[in-house]
Amino acid sequence: MNCDHCDKPAVVHEIVIKGGDSKEVHLCSDHAIAAGYPLPVEQPLADIFPKLGSVAKVEAAKSKERSAKCAACGLTFTVFRKSATLGCPACYDAFMPMIEKVIESAQDGATHHLGRSPVGGAEIERVQNLRVKMMRDLEAAIAAEQYERAAKLRDELKALDSPSP
Amino acid sequence: MSQPFSAAMSQVGPDSDVVVTSRVRLARNISGFPFISRASNPVRQEIMRVVRRAVDQSCNGIDHDQGMRWIELQSAPSRDRILLSERHLVSRHFANSDGPRALALSSDEHSSIMVNEEDHLRIQFLCAGSRLSDAFKAAFSLENALANCTNFSFHPRWGYLTACPTNVGCGIRMSAMLHLPGAQIMKETDRIKRAAKELHLAVRGYYGEGSESIGDFFQFSNQTTLGATEDALLEEFNGIVLPRLIGYEREARTAALARYRSRIEDIVFRSHANLSAARLLTADAATKDLSRMRFGVVMGLLPIELTTIQRLLLQVQPAHLSLIDPRSLDSEEADREVRATYVRQELLRGTTDTK
Repeated sequence: MNCDHCDKPAVVHEIVIKGGDSKEVHLCSDHAIAAGYPLPVEQPLADIFPKLGSVAKVEAAKSKERSAKCAACGLTFTVFRKSATLGCPACYDAFMPMIEKVIESAQDGATHHLGRSPVGGAEIERVQNLRVKMMRDLEAAIAAEQYERAAKLRDELKALDSPSP
Repeated sequence: MSQPFSAAMSQVGPDSDVVVTSRVRLARNISGFPFISRASNPVRQEIMRVVRRAVDQSCNGIDHDQGMRWIELQSAPSRDRILLSERHLVSRHFANSDGPRALALSSDEHSSIMVNEEDHLRIQFLCAGSRLSDAFKAAFSLENALANCTNFSFHPRWGYLTACPTNVGCGIRMSAMLHLPGAQIMKETDRIKRAAKELHLAVRGYYGEGSESIGDFFQFSNQTTLGATEDALLEEFNGIVLPRLIGYEREARTAALARYRSRIEDIVFRSHANLSAARLLTADAATKDLSRMRFGVVMGLLPIELTTIQRLLLQVQPAHLSLIDPRSLDSEEADREVRATYVRQELLRGTTDTK
């Protein structure tokens, strides 16, 4: 659409109501300035969309945070946020990358452990994993009222704990 | 434990004029178990069995000739639990919480392991005076012994995994209980606290986390546990930060005495007179006066042994007082009366001993 007063394209479009009559006004930039209208600020679409995109990203991240749950112990990130205490070692991987931010901000930006490592051998780990598995079986057996099985597991656990010959 | 005083809290050591105690505490969790917040009572019992077995196997005959005593807190009498907390061997929270939990304690009460506190294990060494380096070695020697028969939760990136993710990495907490009357008189305590925070140190009260400062006693400890080796953390805290804090307090004391000598003498001798004459005394009031006397003793104003003051600081606490005279448990008034009588007698004896 062209300007009401010349052939240049109109940039200001107004409906002026005067004495009960309405009238459309279309003005080019020169005539708009002359008539005292503020010129519309041109805003490229690209400026708006990245912002919309980042809002969506933040929302997605927040909803991911809210729904994050540790498969091993069942702790949710929301509960962790309240208690500041994790449920089990697997939580550290389950709540990445949120946990990374928590640690790094508490540790003055440090990102990796540089200190000592455990000295325990593979055999200790094997026996310990076995003990843990048996313990879980024992709890399950008690919950399911399988008392004979529970008694057996208890004996096995005792045997595991007694010093080997 | 029923001995009236054998704990680190009632002894003296290097730089005892400023440093009351040094402690190194290592947080460890046993792999394969959930952390305490997700551990049922049977699981906690199992963790206790695993730890007890490791303690029995590893800690006998190495540095601990007589082995370690095993105290199950859920079945221990309430007085014993309070005694442990007054000796700073367990946190107040650990003394009063629920569920299966235990303390393994060496006969000299320097080494101990809290089992099922915030983490499965809190391995600690507590001693009098500025001896962080010794405490560091002793705590790691105990940790190493335990690591030979149990497996700690460890992550290739995060190091030793702890229930609270801000303790990961080395899982080490080094702390020193400082007596800062000089800084308090010169109104420098807030400035020291601010400087400590900038250095990533935590400043706590007499009984650690969440407790108030009584009698100008403050506990300083490292917050950083990740991104540095244990030795580097020790060097920073023990080699740089602590000597500066000690030096700062000593300078403040000299300046305070130069500027306010009569006022300081008045406070110190009034505290002595107060404790020598009182017929009813609360634990807090006794602690405050003993703290002022402590200042007088280390500045050479009062002819009393520092060990006497340290011992009394522990013995005026309610559970320790009841060991001396169980009548203190009868009523609030009896507690105050027993305390006043005991402190009076001890001060009379302490003063005549040194004459």
